[in-house]
Amino acid sequence: MKKVKALILTTAGTNCDYESQAALQLCGASADRVHINVLLEKKDEILNYDILVFPGGFSYGDDIASGKILANEVKNKMGGVLQKFALSKRPVIGICNGFQVLVKMGLLPSVREFCQTSTLSYNDSGKFECRWVYLKTMKNIDGVSKCLWTRNLPEIISLPVAHGEGKFIVRDKDILDMLKNNEQIAFKYCSKDGSEADYPLNPNGSIEQIAGISNDFGNVFGLMPHPERYVFALQHPARQGYDGKFGWGKIIFQNAVDYVKG
Amino acid sequence: MKLKTTHCKEIDILNLSDKELLDLSKNNVLSLSLEEMKTIQDYYKNLKRNPTDIEIETIAQTWSEHCKHKTLTGIIDYLEISPQKKIHKQYNNLLKETIFKATMELKKKWCLSVFEDNAGIIDFDDKNAIAFKVETHNHPSALEPYGGSATGIGGVIRDILGVGLGAKPLANTDVFCFGKPNTPPKKVPNGMHHPKRIIGGVVSGVRDYGNRMGIPTVNGSVYFDDGYMANPLVFCGTMGIIPKNKIAKKTRAGDLVLVAGGRTGRDGIHGATFSSVELNKESDVSAVQIGNPIVEKKVLDAMLKARDLNLYRAVTDCGAGGLSSAVGELGENTGVEIDLKKVPLKYDGLRAWEIWISEAQERMVFAVPPKNKEKIIEIFAKENVEAVFIGVFTKDKKLKISYDGDLIADMDMSFLHKGVPKITRRAICEIKNEFEQKTIKMNSSEILKSLKKVLEDLNVCSKEWIIRQYDHEVQGQTIIKPLQGNNIEVSGPGDAAVIFPYTVVKGTKKAIVLSNGLNPEYGKINAYKMAASAIEEAIRNAVCVGGNIEKISLLDNFCWGNTDKEEILGSLIRAAKACYDFSKSFSIPFISGKDSLHNEYSIGQKKYSIPPALLISAMGVIENVSNTLTMPFKKEKNKVFILGLTRNELGGSVFSKINSIKDGVVPNVYPKESKPIMKKIYQAINKSLIESCHDISDGGLAAAVSEMAFSAGIGVKIDIDKVKIKGKMSPAEILFSQSNGRFVVEVDAKNEKKFRSLFKGTVFSQVGLTGGKDVVFESVKNKIKVMENPKKLMSSWQKTLQDI
Repeated sequence: MKKVKALILTTAGTNCDYESQAALQLCGASADRVHINVLLEKKDEILNYDILVFPGGFSYGDDIASGKILANEVKNKMGGVLQKFALSKRPVIGICNGFQVLVKMGLLPSVREFCQTSTLSYNDSGKFECRWVYLKTMKNIDGVSKCLWTRNLPEIISLPVAHGEGKFIVRDKDILDMLKNNEQIAFKYCSKDGSEADYPLNPNGSIEQIAGISNDFGNVFGLMPHPERYVFALQHPARQGYDGKFGWGKIIFQNAVDYVKG
Repeated sequence: MKLKTTHCKEIDILNLSDKELLDLSKNNVLSLSLEEMKTIQDYYKNLKRNPTDIEIETIAQTWSEHCKHKTLTGIIDYLEISPQKKIHKQYNNLLKETIFKATMELKKKWCLSVFEDNAGIIDFDDKNAIAFKVETHNHPSALEPYGGSATGIGGVIRDILGVGLGAKPLANTDVFCFGKPNTPPKKVPNGMHHPKRIIGGVVSGVRDYGNRMGIPTVNGSVYFDDGYMANPLVFCGTMGIIPKNKIAKKTRAGDLVLVAGGRTGRDGIHGATFSSVELNKESDVSAVQIGNPIVEKKVLDAMLKARDLNLYRAVTDCGAGGLSSAVGELGENTGVEIDLKKVPLKYDGLRAWEIWISEAQERMVFAVPPKNKEKIIEIFAKENVEAVFIGVFTKDKKLKISYDGDLIADMDMSFLHKGVPKITRRAICEIKNEFEQKTIKMNSSEILKSLKKVLEDLNVCSKEWIIRQYDHEVQGQTIIKPLQGNNIEVSGPGDAAVIFPYTVVKGTKKAIVLSNGLNPEYGKINAYKMAASAIEEAIRNAVCVGGNIEKISLLDNFCWGNTDKEEILGSLIRAAKACYDFSKSFSIPFISGKDSLHNEYSIGQKKYSIPPALLISAMGVIENVSNTLTMPFKKEKNKVFILGLTRNELGGSVFSKINSIKDGVVPNVYPKESKPIMKKIYQAINKSLIESCHDISDGGLAAAVSEMAFSAGIGVKIDIDKVKIKGKMSPAEILFSQSNGRFVVEVDAKNEKKFRSLFKGTVFSQVGLTGGKDVVFESVKNKIKVMENPKKLMSSWQKTLQDI
């Protein structure tokens, strides 16, 4: 069977590329870290890949606003081929700064419309927050996640967050209604028993405790928490996980790899 | 070729009197002594010409205390007076005769590079080594806290990029000494920043630089004392990993000089020499550098690619002294010719000497074989990094600098690097006897009140406000984190951090432990014991999480007051002597270090030196990452043991400070007792006989046990009468003594027998059981029963610095 190929897009200030690569490799994919300057020389090569990752970091120092410059660069210089990639239903993930990039170019929440309708603003606490949080995996009445990345997860998992601008907000109520009606909310911050969480368990003050969203098909996924930092049980503060060895973040990457395999 | 003065100035030195020489040094922030100025005068008398401005600046940078460590490597005439005897001794090179000597005598095969490169390097596995360095950036942080600390961390990261042919940074550490945040504004010296302003700025600086670099800040501590109000201490450390075949570097004649990264501007002029000047309200902020972490991140990404393609033969960073130090260092054994006109500038208008000594940030200098000229530029260009060739290494052992075709400096490398005259300094140390305090009698409620005050104390309380602003988990490898809890809602202070470098070394099981020890409070009474305690504390912390004392290395960072004063230099010698003694007795080598010896500030006419601070940082290799531990208790009904002997050692303790207790013996270190315990803890962890382990230090066993309980969210019951003590001690003394060499460990009942037999021959006792809803300390003998809910203890610990 052919090897699943992932592209991890890097630029000045990217800094979660190595662990994202390791996570995908652990799930049996090959993963290339590719600098945007290199990719722009041969944009169509992106279509030779099965999975696209916008990793965490501080792209271009998060000058102006987090992820904004990279979002504009990608959209203006290779928006067409990126949209084609996403419309072909291949998995795309934006983690932390990558999530900020996805919403700021508008690939989320709608790939087809491809315009910005939501953003990630400054945390309510007014400071950078590095901590573990509980997340509720959103599922439909049949118990299935619409987002292909969050399938097969228990109802509540924990992941680390590390950001200063993670408060998810939308342009207007219509957008929020759309996210709800189309089951595009993939993760919500919650307390240990799944109930609504206040600070610090909701680390940024996101509306509706939103931690991650997908497009309406469920292949494009953006989230503030870092699944790539929890692929081994050892990485959890109390060393919990599954199969005595792995962390729940691994399932997220495994889902994408398995989806490509079909 | 003759020197021309179109782009430089001739400095008249040949005919100056002693007074005029000193004025020249002072007016130009050269920080050179009369003897040094005269040596320079003689050198130019021989050449029968005056120096140019750029030449004299080059000498001042190269000979600065910051770069040359003249005090630690100079001659010291030392007198030690104790009530019993007088010792007179001469040191010809204090560093070589103490710290470095211990390392040489210990001859550890796994030490790969010590005290020579930009960082110390030890063995990690067959193919890889790890490097560690801690730097200070005190003066800049006093004047411009944000920029000072940001460039402090930026600078030490570049030390790691510039060690060998470049290491990949895996973790940062930071330790700060500040004035107290609640200091009344009236008490802050005129012209100085309020401690709160300094704290906020320093923390933000480290946060913004470290987070943007994508390097987790995983270990550190913060120490508050009025003595650091006008002169804070900012220690920044970085640990990195490097392939073993990339450790050696050697410049060859004919190699090209490449400068890559940030552009050169007027920031950071005289940073190296300014660090040797006392701080006062006139201190010049332009000596502080300006940082840009994204430029450094790009340099990091690009240079590791170039390294792996073997495109250069040597590299070093531009730190103190800027290009003058970096180029001078790489060309010391060859010679070098530089054309300063080629250096990319931030803006026009810099004089040649300013370009040469500017400490503008994010610059690295490489020695590149001509055949790789195009390839290396291409690699840097791909990452949007500016890289420009500015000269060539020669074989004449001369430093020649030109600007626009005019020669403006021509000097011998040997004079520059070996010409600094050795100066004899005098040092004196008077050792006083320490006396036990009057027996402390406290009832149960007084003890509980003290326990809460200890947990609330600035030097014990949670540093969560700082720690959570640092991305301590980026790279995904921080498997033992700075704050530890059995679930997300609780936390306690971890002893050490563990990095599992699985993204760099595929398939590895090994990990790296980082820890530190620092206690300036002891140093106010006894510098020798302060150093000994800091060494043992750093080692103990590493042992708690699973470190193996056979594979731990140390760094020293001395921050002292004005060592021109005999008694201040005397205490430094005592501390250095302790470093030798305990490095030897624990058989744990120092691999690198740094000193900052002019931490003095003036208010009006009066001068103040800081309380001396010796930071010991430890780095060790852990064989199996699975055999590591966090500090919270793991479950109820487990047995709690204390390993090690509790002595009546309350001198310099947190308890004595908050209760204003005079006298008290400062904790000593007893390697014959503690070393076997530390070895056995390592064995016990590897045999899974221990569930949790925590070091006893600030706040004594009462604080340590409380921390283990509240970070677990469970209670514990301790029988004070079962603690092994020396002599007679009251319950309060037992609970709050800060004797070294002790650990609290949790043992599952099923392992008790094996555990006891393993520790046979050491001092230990079972003192209690985990579980119940309260933390209880009881002495039936003394009718003492202290009880409190762990949540309430946690809130005492958390509230002090919740929001600054």
